Amino acid sequence: MEPIIHQFPPYRKDAAPSAHDDHGHEHHEPNFIQKYIFSTDHKIIGIQYGLTALCFLLFGFFLMMMMRWQIAHPGNPVPVIGPLLEKVLGHPAANGVISPDLYNSLGAMHGTIMVFLGIVPLAFAAFGNYVVPLMIGAVDMAFPRVNMASYQAYFLGGLVMFVSFFIPGGAAQAGWTSYSPLATTIPTHGQLFWIIGMVLLITSSLMGAINFIATIIQLRAPGMTWMRLPWFVWTQFVTAFLLLLAFPPLEAACIMQFMDNVAHTSFFLPTGLAVSGTLAHISGGGSPLLWQHLFWFLGHPEVYVLILPAMGIVCEILANNTRKPIWGYKSLVYSVLAIGFLSFIVWAHHMYLTGMGTKISTFFQATTMIISIPSVIILTCLFISLWGGSIRFNTPMLFVLAFLPMFGIGGLTGLPLGFNVSDVHLHDTYYIIAHFHYIVAPGTIFALFAGIYYWFPKMTGRMMNEFWGRAHFWGSFIFMNMVFQPMFAQGMAGMLRRMSNGGANYSAAVNARNGAEVIGGLSPFIMSLNTWILWGAICLGIVQIPFIINLFWSIKHGEKIKNDNPWDSTTLEWQTPTPPPHGNFLHPLRVYRGPYEYSVPGHATDFTPQNEPPENVPAPTLSPAR
Amino acid sequence: MSFTEWFGQKVLLLPPLASENGQGVDDLIVYVHWLMIALFIGWIAYFLYALYRFRSSRNPQADYIGVKNHASSYIELTVAAVEAVLLIFIAVPLWAKAVDQFPDAKNSTVIQIVAQQYAWNARYAGPDGIFGAQDMKFVTSDNVFGVDPADENGKDDIQVLNEIHVPVNKPVIIHLSSKDVIHSLKIISMRVCQDAIPGLRITLWFKPTELGRYQINCAQLCGPGHAAMTGGFLTVESQADFDKWLKSKTGAATSFE
Amino acid sequence: MEIPYTVHARPDTGLYNAKIGIWLFLASEVMLFGGLFSAYILLRVGADPGTWPHGWQDVTLGTINTLVLALSAVTTLMAWVACKVRQFGKFRFFHGCTLLLAAAFVVIHLTEYNDDLTHYEIHLTNGLIADGHMLENNPKENHVMIDGRYVKSESDLIDLRGQKIHDTEIKIPRSEIKDMQSYGPWHNDYMALDFTMTGLHLLHVLAGSIVIGFLWLTGPKMWGKDPERFTNRVEVSGLFWHFVDLVWIFLFPVLYLT
Ligand code: HEA
Ligand code: HEA
Ligand code: CUA
Ligand SMILES: [Cu+2]
Repeated sequence: MEPIIHQFPPYRKDAAPSAHDDHGHEHHEPNFIQKYIFSTDHKIIGIQYGLTALCFLLFGFFLMMMMRWQIAHPGNPVPVIGPLLEKVLGHPAANGVISPDLYNSLGAMHGTIMVFLGIVPLAFAAFGNYVVPLMIGAVDMAFPRVNMASYQAYFLGGLVMFVSFFIPGGAAQAGWTSYSPLATTIPTHGQLFWIIGMVLLITSSLMGAINFIATIIQLRAPGMTWMRLPWFVWTQFVTAFLLLLAFPPLEAACIMQFMDNVAHTSFFLPTGLAVSGTLAHISGGGSPLLWQHLFWFLGHPEVYVLILPAMGIVCEILANNTRKPIWGYKSLVYSVLAIGFLSFIVWAHHMYLTGMGTKISTFFQATTMIISIPSVIILTCLFISLWGGSIRFNTPMLFVLAFLPMFGIGGLTGLPLGFNVSDVHLHDTYYIIAHFHYIVAPGTIFALFAGIYYWFPKMTGRMMNEFWGRAHFWGSFIFMNMVFQPMFAQGMAGMLRRMSNGGANYSAAVNARNGAEVIGGLSPFIMSLNTWILWGAICLGIVQIPFIINLFWSIKHGEKIKNDNPWDSTTLEWQTPTPPPHGNFLHPLRVYRGPYEYSVPGHATDFTPQNEPPENVPAPTLSPAR
Repeated sequence: MSFTEWFGQKVLLLPPLASENGQGVDDLIVYVHWLMIALFIGWIAYFLYALYRFRSSRNPQADYIGVKNHASSYIELTVAAVEAVLLIFIAVPLWAKAVDQFPDAKNSTVIQIVAQQYAWNARYAGPDGIFGAQDMKFVTSDNVFGVDPADENGKDDIQVLNEIHVPVNKPVIIHLSSKDVIHSLKIISMRVCQDAIPGLRITLWFKPTELGRYQINCAQLCGPGHAAMTGGFLTVESQADFDKWLKSKTGAATSFE
Repeated sequence: MEIPYTVHARPDTGLYNAKIGIWLFLASEVMLFGGLFSAYILLRVGADPGTWPHGWQDVTLGTINTLVLALSAVTTLMAWVACKVRQFGKFRFFHGCTLLLAAAFVVIHLTEYNDDLTHYEIHLTNGLIADGHMLENNPKENHVMIDGRYVKSESDLIDLRGQKIHDTEIKIPRSEIKDMQSYGPWHNDYMALDFTMTGLHLLHVLAGSIVIGFLWLTGPKMWGKDPERFTNRVEVSGLFWHFVDLVWIFLFPVLYLT
């Protein structure tokens, strides 16, 4: 579509035609395949990532639904899709019932898919690809072809993971953490597929990370100094470094586990292992803890990969809808850097109960507590930014506002886990499930929803429907809490995770069967919560339908936007035609100020774009506190 | 019942506690949650007020500067300080007590436990109070402890499956390991949880204070039977009953020839 | 619109894009091999005393390979310099050498693998252990023939440093064989690490050779078009090659000498 013109620079009406000279592919219009499948345009690739990731998110959601059904009604055939399951999965889903093996596959793959195929590609790759180059005033990513390759590797990895469900024996069953020896002793081939899939995904992430860092360092527009970067770019920058440096050790670990499974080495298999009766015929001498160290060395930075981009999105939308500068931009930058460094030295807080001595555990407890401080600072800055604002409650903003307390709950509940003494009681219970889901689901996912509603106009030139947006928000908000809040109670009561029957065997009723009244079982109330959660999850799924429809419907029928900058934003991605052409900007532009110059006293509009020439702007603007 | 205990049991819904060492665990959980709740309520109150007061309809013109004071820095510092206190004065000492300062074996019950898919093997030294010598090379599917058949001390050792008895008010020392995959020995009311890792032998201890029969959970995914690994029970009984039980088992001392 | 700084350095960072790219990539590579080396340390420290093998690798071959790679590092450097001073002929010569050296490295390494995989440890029913090179192992025959020696216990096979080993042809009836196992990765943690680490390194050597080979072949065309850009590519691929050499400099002592 021809660009919609917006009166204020960077480009004026008369300038519009020049789009054509700049537009590289003008003469030989690329056909559909070149344009949308094998594109090297960061915006197309971003959208490819986004849609694929959303599909995986939905898939991960369905896996989880099956688990929740099994938890609430152990041993009962799955309604509706039960027969289908048996057809496609065969024995593991015999007559529609989810067998323990299948449950373990579902759990492992739900975790893997949500983390590595859903959230990371959406938060980092999709938004990063689409928004970051625009925000820093770049024409594209530094290495467009690498960018395409990275998406293809991701797609392939996802395919491998997906296919693994349909091989005999089904997908990996050792949890997303794939602890050895279990991962090696399970006879089926699911784990191999998991490893191969992971290596592909890691490759993809590495290519992506390199590309992002190079782009942010090299392709910043003139005047876009480091301290003028929108905070979202900072979070993406740090995230890229986390991926770059934390993933390779897991790759090494995957290679070793691959050798264990295929070449019968025993990197992770100790001497004298007696699996199911017979002594395993392996040389032994390996160490199960080695895997855990390598995994969590990735695992912890990975969780910050899940949250940092979300925080970045929140920051942008918050500033835009409070119509005032973010409070404490500098401390936000330093905090995110601090988190980046610290996240490499806290990994063993996932291993408190593997027989850790006082010295080591003290070290990791200390680092864990220290790393919580920058998070506190970040949330504090965001909270304080509300003060004195003129808050607009549109759909993106609603999701952003919900993010704050939701992340707060998730983060705060990380603290009791951070002390190994209290972790003794909470380790591997639903308290942990609730802890991190509060961060990734009503936290990260909400931020991603917000991002989608916020940047959709830039991608399509149309708004998403506001009413259904709000409906989507309130539904998601209520049911997310309905699902995850009870898990804290269950965890406190000692309900364990990864229970293919929702802990039925541990419930008080069952214990009665074992003669004397047994202490430590789960009360009927705690068990009854499982049904409650199931309904919460079902409703949570239903309220996503308006979103999905809204998303696709609005592409063609959404309300057209008046100009290129519908939210009256200051950052550069709004200073382009809509949608931005290949090459993004019609004119080389220059940046004169920080990213959040809203409500500058004396300025005509209540927003001052980063690239608006100083002559249009009144006297030196005083910078906000901190 | 102290306020801390009341808060833990009634507000946080902690399960019943039946060990001495568990007290510290519960206390720390309660203290941390006080910090969390304080932060949560404080921030939520501020949050809702800010949303109400600064909504665009009520406050059409945003203030470029916003907050000028540095109250937030003090809040952050307080959080850091409280975390530091909890860490230095509670968490670390308690952990040191749990993993460094063991009660002496003579006046405590010493048990070896080897987990397997999906049960708990336990071994007592028997009347002579000495365990038979062990070695990896003796490990077989029915000699999971790898007891040396030649060793006399081993002859009277007692081996049981899942049913673990201990006397009350006497420290219990457990040498924990696993035969196949990683399991995790969790006895909720004792507030103990320890991974059982093949190839490693990890020692833990606790001191039961209440009689009763306690569920032993497996807290680490260990295969399809993980959820059904529920056969294990810890029976805490009077010294007299315990001795009776031990005697009744002595005959059943397993031989490995 | 063209992407800036693909060839010429950005003033304030002093780097062109590809250079940053390769440095970042190498950083991740360091973490990759770092993971494996930390595994090596953990397993070696954790091994029961007296069970960690010594002197299992042929130090002469290892030394030769080290020299081969070191030399290839020099030729790589020269090739880049040649580009810098715009002498394309020299570039072709030096990178030709690099490729030959790389090939030599690969060949030597594969022979080493072959040695390991044809070297057997055979436990006999009478408790002795026969250890040596498999000469004939024909399923139809009811005996195997090795060029090796008898030892009393496995511990005699652990530390081979300074052992005078004189092998003789030994013929063993299959009936007397309890079990036999070659020195593949499955043999023990040391062999596992050896195969995994050197194997991954070998893959890097091959990858590097492919890139350099590509530049060597397509060089003339691109050189004509844009020598500056071509020089950058040579530099970047060179950086990767130097990293591969560096990794070997660590692998050699770790696996051959200690
Ligand atoms: C994005 C994901 C994410 C994030 C950000 C975090 C953040 C934190 N996590 Fe979490 N964690 C996970 C994802 C995450 N975690 C996952 C996936 C697991 C399980 C892995 C598995 O076993 O499968 C896990 C497990 C886990 C464990 C291991 C538990 C166990 O297995 O026994 C521990 C232990 O220390 C821990 C601690 C922490 C801490 C201290 C933080 C801190 O960084 C939190 C800091 C934040 C705050 C302190 C909040 C600050 C906010 C305010 C002060 C404002 C409050 C205002 C209102 C509420 C209105 N986490
Ligand atoms: C980023 C990570 C992430 C996310 C987002 C989620 C999301 C959810 N998870 Fe997940 N979960 C994990 C990571 C995640 N999980 C991990 C790592 C584990 C541990 C696995 C293990 O034990 O090994 C786990 C385990 C886990 C368990 C414990 C299983 C067990 O221990 O036995 C449960 C149980 O309820 C659960 C539930 C949920 C629920 C209800 C959601 C909901 O929040 C889902 C919300 C999603 C939606 C509502 C769908 C939105 C989709 C769309 C809007 C699609 C749009 C599509 C198009 C436009 C095409 N999860
Ligand atoms: Cu044993 Cu879980
Ligand atoms: Cu963590």
